Amino acid sequence: MTEETVPELTPLNPAWVTTTRIASALGMLPFVIGAGVLEFAQVMPSGSFFVPVLVLYGFVAFVVPARKYRHWGYDMGSDRLRVVRGYMFYSDTVVPFGRIQHIDVDQGPIDRRYGLATLTVHTAGNHNSTVALPGLLHADALAIREAIRAAIRQDVL
Amino acid sequence: MNDIATDAELPQADEGQRLHVLGLLVGFVTGIPQLIFPIVAAVFGTRGTGEPMISVIAVTAILFFSLFFRWLSWMRFRYHIGEHDVRIESGILSRTARSIPYERIQDVSIEQKPLARIFSLGEVKFETGGGDGDDAKLSFVSVDEAGRLREVVKAHKSGVVLAAGTEEPVDGADAHPVFAMDGKRVFIFGLYSFSLVIFAVLGGLAQQFDFLLPFEIWDFRNWIGIAEDRGVSVDNLNGISLSARIILALIALASLIFIGLATGVIRTVLREYGFRLERTAKGFRRRRGLLTLTDVVMPTHRVQAAVVQTGPIRKRRGWHSLKFVSLAQDSKEESNFVAAPFATLDEIWPIADAAMVQAPDADVRFRKGKLAWWLIRFAALLPILAIGIAALMVFACAPFQQAGLMLLVAPILAFLWWLEWRKYADHIDAAQIYVREGWWRQKLIIAPQVKVQTVEITQGPIARRQGLASLNFGIAGGTLEMIALPLATAHAIRDAVMERVAAIDYSAINRSR
Repeated sequence: MTEETVPELTPLNPAWVTTTRIASALGMLPFVIGAGVLEFAQVMPSGSFFVPVLVLYGFVAFVVPARKYRHWGYDMGSDRLRVVRGYMFYSDTVVPFGRIQHIDVDQGPIDRRYGLATLTVHTAGNHNSTVALPGLLHADALAIREAIRAAIRQDVL
Repeated sequence: MNDIATDAELPQADEGQRLHVLGLLVGFVTGIPQLIFPIVAAVFGTRGTGEPMISVIAVTAILFFSLFFRWLSWMRFRYHIGEHDVRIESGILSRTARSIPYERIQDVSIEQKPLARIFSLGEVKFETGGGDGDDAKLSFVSVDEAGRLREVVKAHKSGVVLAAGTEEPVDGADAHPVFAMDGKRVFIFGLYSFSLVIFAVLGGLAQQFDFLLPFEIWDFRNWIGIAEDRGVSVDNLNGISLSARIILALIALASLIFIGLATGVIRTVLREYGFRLERTAKGFRRRRGLLTLTDVVMPTHRVQAAVVQTGPIRKRRGWHSLKFVSLAQDSKEESNFVAAPFATLDEIWPIADAAMVQAPDADVRFRKGKLAWWLIRFAALLPILAIGIAALMVFACAPFQQAGLMLLVAPILAFLWWLEWRKYADHIDAAQIYVREGWWRQKLIIAPQVKVQTVEITQGPIARRQGLASLNFGIAGGTLEMIALPLATAHAIRDAVMERVAAIDYSAINRSR
């Protein structure tokens, strides 16, 4: 099903894979250190805990971001923004510009290093009141923001 | 995308204004209560050293850090009143640049807490009527600046409003009641509101305040002793004939039912007495209550969806209730507005119609959910049950005869989900979305499509293989979900709804007209 819909979507910036790898590698580092300490203290048979943790760490930090990347995509229409993500738990969200309340462009420290940013649009709905689109070039995120803002203004006039 | 970027004037990071410096101090002082825990921890942590100076230094360090980080975020905070929007840039390490178009600002509120007043500062909030209320806040700016901001926003907005050509309805005619309940109706409603909550309350109270009572409630031997003093013994009770025992049990049951009905009637009368819903120029006005009278007005254009609810018992007599899901603004505690708590459908549809929500056509057939959807749910439950039983047997050393009792969950849930499947149905027509769900609380949710904020198609890992999906509609103040749809249907419905939604702007649908 997705195979049909993916081609029309714009993929995220490939640098997103790198930033996500760095972020999850850093975020999960404490677990590896903890497992390393256990290994060093020889509480369990040598390597029986540390090696699986290390393998899992490698998988989550290096393989998963690339997989996630393949399933993210967005489409900037003339009057709506579509954000598609997830394989196991697939979600495909459409936000009409006419319903957007305000727009955030976020940039974390890792993002800034790679010139990326996250665009978040807020709506009045309870479900999906915020829809985030990560992995955009900062300039692109700003451009999308301007386009949406201009569309909102046009709608009202 | 690039051509947009070049001709749109992108704001420079260093332009814009800072908040008022003194606001730093006000924020710091009002934030001190949040530092209580670290301070207490520091005091206790350093008390053992026997050197009081260390405690003082630790507390000072905490205060200093708090001030330092406040200063940092103050340094990194800029707001910018632009031509088309208000922009706020914030964040020490992670930067957030928020843009709020003037068209979306519903209200500018200025709040002055006592301390801020001393320095003549104010907290400015730009309310957009967004879902989470994490709108834009400027804390703090000087009062003059706050007034100026309000004027600027007002000036921008008034231009827009004039352009859109909306005028307040000059409805000279005064209120006429749309729905009212007399004493008899309230009483019948009370009978349907059977409730044994009184026992929970009494039990809770007894547990809380049993030390106040002159006797031990939970000491059953004592109770038996008292009974024996009065000449009733356990043997005595056992000696009563079967028929007498049945009569006793029936009396106990009858009194239970009586108490349940009485509780329901009393609670309902207290809340609903004199229920009266009127249509006024401003919207729906509802008055009700016996001891505490409430008087609520909800503008008609704020209605986002209508929920018609009934139950398996009250449905036999045709009793339903009508609630409006609304854009909660002032009253955060009630986002659902009960328009008719106990009424027949003939009474309900005219009320809904007044809020621009129409009843589904009588001859229309609703779409039923795919049974596979519930079967998938059931299939996903089985491994969880198996793991639970295995865990019980391994960790709690329970024999299979006991742990296996968990398997009873499966037929019970299967039955409930089967009921759910039977009751679920949805429908979409040219203007509205209908979802019918629930077997105990039977709901029919009706939402005008133009009030939809977002549409999301989701698929779980198993449902995906079966080509099934759900459609989540973002509604302000409520939820609306169509489930168990074939993916192609989901796409078709989304496209149809989006065509209608994208054509009309948010600020146009929630304005009175």
